[in-house]
Amino acid sequence: MRRRVIFPNKVLPYLLLAPQLAITIVFFFWPAAQAIYYSLLLQDPFGLRTQFVWLENFRTILTDPLYLGSIRVTVIFSTAVAALAMGTALLFAVMADMGIRGARIYRTLLMWPYAVAPAVAASLWLFIFHPSIGIIGRGLNDLGILWDYKLNGTQALLLVILASAWKQVSYNFLFFLAGLQAIPRSVIEAASMDAGPGRRFWSIVFPLLSPTSFFLLVVNVVYAFFDTFGVIHALTDGGPAKATETLIYKVYTDGVMNLDLGGSSAQSVILMAVVITLTALQFRFIERRVHY
Amino acid sequence: MLTTLRFCRIAILAIGVILVSSLVPTPGVAAQKVQVEFWHGLTQPLGGILENVVAGFNASQDKYQVNATFKGSYPETMVAAIAAFRAGNAPHIVQMFEVGTATMMAARGAIKPVYELSKETGVTIDPKNYVGGVRGYYSTPDGRLVSMPFNSSTPIAWYNKDAFKKAGLDPEKPPRTWEETWAAAKKIVATKAAPCGYTMAWPTWTQYENFGAIHNVPLATKANGMDGMDTELKINSPLHVKHLQVMMDLQKEGVFKYGGRDGKADALFPSGECAIFHGSSGMRARVVREAKFNWGVAMLPYYKGTPGAPTNSIIGGASFWVMTGPKRTTEEYKAVAEFFQYISRPEVDAKWHMDTGYVPITLAGFALASGQGYYIKNPGADIPFRQLTLTEPTENSRGLRLGNMPEIRVVIQEEMEKAFQGQETAKQALDSAVQRGNGILRNFERTNRQ
Repeated sequence: MRRRVIFPNKVLPYLLLAPQLAITIVFFFWPAAQAIYYSLLLQDPFGLRTQFVWLENFRTILTDPLYLGSIRVTVIFSTAVAALAMGTALLFAVMADMGIRGARIYRTLLMWPYAVAPAVAASLWLFIFHPSIGIIGRGLNDLGILWDYKLNGTQALLLVILASAWKQVSYNFLFFLAGLQAIPRSVIEAASMDAGPGRRFWSIVFPLLSPTSFFLLVVNVVYAFFDTFGVIHALTDGGPAKATETLIYKVYTDGVMNLDLGGSSAQSVILMAVVITLTALQFRFIERRVHY
Repeated sequence: MLTTLRFCRIAILAIGVILVSSLVPTPGVAAQKVQVEFWHGLTQPLGGILENVVAGFNASQDKYQVNATFKGSYPETMVAAIAAFRAGNAPHIVQMFEVGTATMMAARGAIKPVYELSKETGVTIDPKNYVGGVRGYYSTPDGRLVSMPFNSSTPIAWYNKDAFKKAGLDPEKPPRTWEETWAAAKKIVATKAAPCGYTMAWPTWTQYENFGAIHNVPLATKANGMDGMDTELKINSPLHVKHLQVMMDLQKEGVFKYGGRDGKADALFPSGECAIFHGSSGMRARVVREAKFNWGVAMLPYYKGTPGAPTNSIIGGASFWVMTGPKRTTEEYKAVAEFFQYISRPEVDAKWHMDTGYVPITLAGFALASGQGYYIKNPGADIPFRQLTLTEPTENSRGLRLGNMPEIRVVIQEEMEKAFQGQETAKQALDSAVQRGNGILRNFERTNRQ
């Protein structure tokens, strides 16, 4: 069912679109085009000497075992963050949606972490889990569990996953809660006639939540890919020994710290392709099958 | 949902546009003075003290005005300066950390060496005023200053006197050698005088760059890169392997504790957790403020019987670089040169040293601080300077000039971490650090070929 609005004026719509288009071009298309251009160059940081090297930067990256390792870390990290953040949020939303006492207070409190900046969130986690100054970190060591995320890669990855997921729970919670409240009460009540709460959730509520879930899945994967930089930067700097170096962190390290503009641009281009693919897949194929 | 998101995005961008436009400098009040832009990377309280130095220069004369702006951490300041240069709008002066020296020096055309500035403007800036270990780091092989030395520190040993006493060690006799350091650390842990015997901050700086200088062994060929870009790392020698192996063994015994990269281990000393700590002399103010125990400082140790050890240590910190631009005038360069001459005055140097804990970089500055009784009132505050000037710098202790040194520092830290995790032996870790580091050096050579 498509409605078409016919504008008699040919100029006005473009005029109305112009501010948004200008912003998109200046802040999205221009930098993207520059990234593609730089990914084909070999250049010193000051731009004094430039060689055009075709796809050499891409070849170097894709054959670099460290880059492949970073892909592995990113896949584990993103999957874990998305699963953890969405799972926890759904659980909380279902609980907050039930008529428990003080539900309003819980709802408000659950939204707070979203307002915390990533770097600040990471500092909070640092003060909890630092092996020598953190409350839990010290406690674990006192209990004889060797906890040192500065040397243990698995623990470091676990910590950045927890911190990143924690920050995203609020956002997911809000959307899940809104989704739950949009489900007509009559449907739930009808189902209550012959199904327990568990059955009711899986057969009625969960499928009806699927549009929200799929939207959140994309948002969470994109979040894990791009917005977790601050958490990783403040907690582990990508270490120990590259255990928490995700693709976006590597772009930063290679571009900003190591001043390898070509290599870093090539990585950005690859990331850009990944995100475009993910988003296209989402809206082209998966969303169509979702029950609205 | 999506409309809301899109709206948010526009709102954020709009705010961004407003912010950017408000950052465009408005014409200053003192428009008749020659304006000099100076970008620095020092956080508070150091940044404020630096801005006071600048204010002192502005007040000392009425022709020039230096505007100091904080641009974030050192790497952030470096990236900001590079971006500004590419846009044809570089600041006149930028503060750059010592490991960025090779990158800046290779950017001939973007920078104006200090010796050239001095010659063109007729303002004398004599390299001989500076301590050898400071001057050498920022000079051409034939001794001409390329950047202006300023805030310099050097790693020293910090130790907890209370823990020493508790462990039955003489608190007035800090360990002089690594053998004594390890013995003391073991005893401290065995007697439970402290939970950790030894740790270090800035692992590459303390355990490789300065370890090499003190033992008079090279970090890299070609005089640590000073004599050419075709340099190669040399940190997999038997001495280096032995040193890493000892640390790995002591880590297993719980005597040594790895505290993390860069300055992340700094907290372990003032908190009382680690009784012996190798870290920057610039920690002094923090230790004074935070440590609730008696402490002392000493020079970094050396392995007994190493020929030539101990040699002078090398510096860390930053220097000031003069950047070029299409719109520069002779007057502006003159202003920069006058500013440089001002900051190298003994009274400015001595005050900066006493206010911040950085080492005095001129001999006259040290003499002045000494004459004011600073080292009598602050025992041990002269140790960094004495260690830095212990011997005449050799080609292993003059400094480093390795391209992409920040990246090499990270590589070395990563390989150390792998060794401490037990993923690699000491030899494997250092071989791999050398191999990866050489790759980085070759890339630098290739992108910066003249």
